Order: sequence, then structure tokens, then C-alpha cells
Amino acid sequence: MLLNTQMVDQSLVVKIKGELDLLTAETFRNLVERDLKRGKAQNLILDMEHVSFIDSSGLGVILGRYRRVREQGGTMALVGVKPHVKRILELAGIMGIMKVYQETEQALADVN
Amino acid sequence: MKAINRIKLTIQSLPENIALARVSVAAFIAQVDLTVDELEDIKVAVSEAVSNAIIHGYDQRSDQWVEIEVARFSDYYEIIVQDYGKGIADIKQAMEPTYSTHPDRTGLGFVFMQSFMDEVQVVSEVGKGTSVTLRKKLAPDKAAPN
Repeated sequence: MLLNTQMVDQSLVVKIKGELDLLTAETFRNLVERDLKRGKAQNLILDMEHVSFIDSSGLGVILGRYRRVREQGGTMALVGVKPHVKRILELAGIMGIMKVYQETEQALADVN
Repeated sequence: MKAINRIKLTIQSLPENIALARVSVAAFIAQVDLTVDELEDIKVAVSEAVSNAIIHGYDQRSDQWVEIEVARFSDYYEIIVQDYGKGIADIKQAMEPTYSTHPDRTGLGFVFMQSFMDEVQVVSEVGKGTSVTLRKKLAPDKAAPN
């Protein structure tokens, strides 16, 4: 899994490439937590266009960051969710609590 | 019923081996012309079962073994994920969607297994280990003659 992070105004944008499972979940958590603190980001946007696999361990770290962002009064959004990932997110009820956008720019315009 | 084809894979209880397990199982099952969605479903279910063995069965100790056996029968596949860890005291509770003791875990592993497979059986004995059997039926046109 490769992660690319960028601060845009009040939002941390994280591009994820690869598989999000038990192996990669901790890396994701540590890096996103570090950058949320470092950049004092209010919001978190996950670009999931290149996520090739996700299971409940991957969902767990996404939901953990969602709780954290909500606690600090921010918003979390997902971008570019592919159909096979979307099915998992729907089953977990994530699509009902986070907005999903086609493009990062749309998400940024909405949350910032 | 006699299996048509079988594989057995034994992995060390390391998170690094979860992807290998799910991809190996999917590659074996892909000998039958399944849809991409069906193969993805199987990969998620295997990932959940193997992750559970590592996280819960072995409390993330990395020096243990997880066995994965896959068998093709005429009209279904059977995947057995076996660990020899601490076992599950209350299987019914462990299979409930909200049951998780960790803030970053969803407790949805068994929900995904049940949603994506046709049958899930869990046999566990405290102190001896846990065996999860996953079955996926094949469409009649994919079934092999008996």
C-alpha cells in the first residue's frame, strides 16, 4: 500500500493505493494520525480510487479516523470509491455516514 | 462426497501472509469461471477468517501456524481455516456484528463471511483452537458431473 498525503486549507487529503487489510491498517492509522496532528487538519478526505482490496480491518481504521475527525468537529469524505469497495462500505453502513464524491476537488469544495 | 481437487496451505501467523492466503485461494477457485465479484467475495471471506485466526486465535503472536484447506466438490467449494490458538468461549457472541474489543475494529468479520459465502460454520474449543468452514455454491452450469 502506498499513501500520499497533502494538506489543502483545513483538510488532509490522503490518496491510498493498494490493499487495506490487517497488514496495512496500522501503517495507514499511524501516518494519517501523524499528519492530522502535524497539519492541524479539521477534515479528512480519503481518495480511494486506487484501493484494490479492503476488508473489515481496513474498514476499522477508516471508521476509527471518522470518529476522531467527528470528535474534533470536522468532516470526513471519500472519493472515487470503486464498485467492489463500495459493496463492502455499504454492507458496513459507511455510505450512510460519509459523503462520497467522484473527484477530490468536489469533496474539498464541500468540506472546506 | 469426494473432493475433485484440493489444496492445503500452511502460513505463519503473520499479517504479511493474509494477502498470500486470499490470493492463493482465489487463484485455485478461479479454475472455475466465476465472476470478478464472486472471487472478490471469496477473497474478503478468506481474509476475515485468516485475520481472525491471527488477531483473536493467536493474539497476534507471529510464531504460530494457520492452515487453509480448499476443496472443490462437484457443485461447491469448501474453505477451512484452522488455527490452534486460544479458541472462542462464546461463538454466538463472537459472530455478532457489534462485538469488538478494539476501537479500530468493526466486529464485522463474521458478518462479511456470512454475507459473501453461502455457508459459514465455526467449531471452536477453548485452549485448542478454531476451525472456520466457508462454503460457496457453484451455479448449476459451473458444476462438475458427479
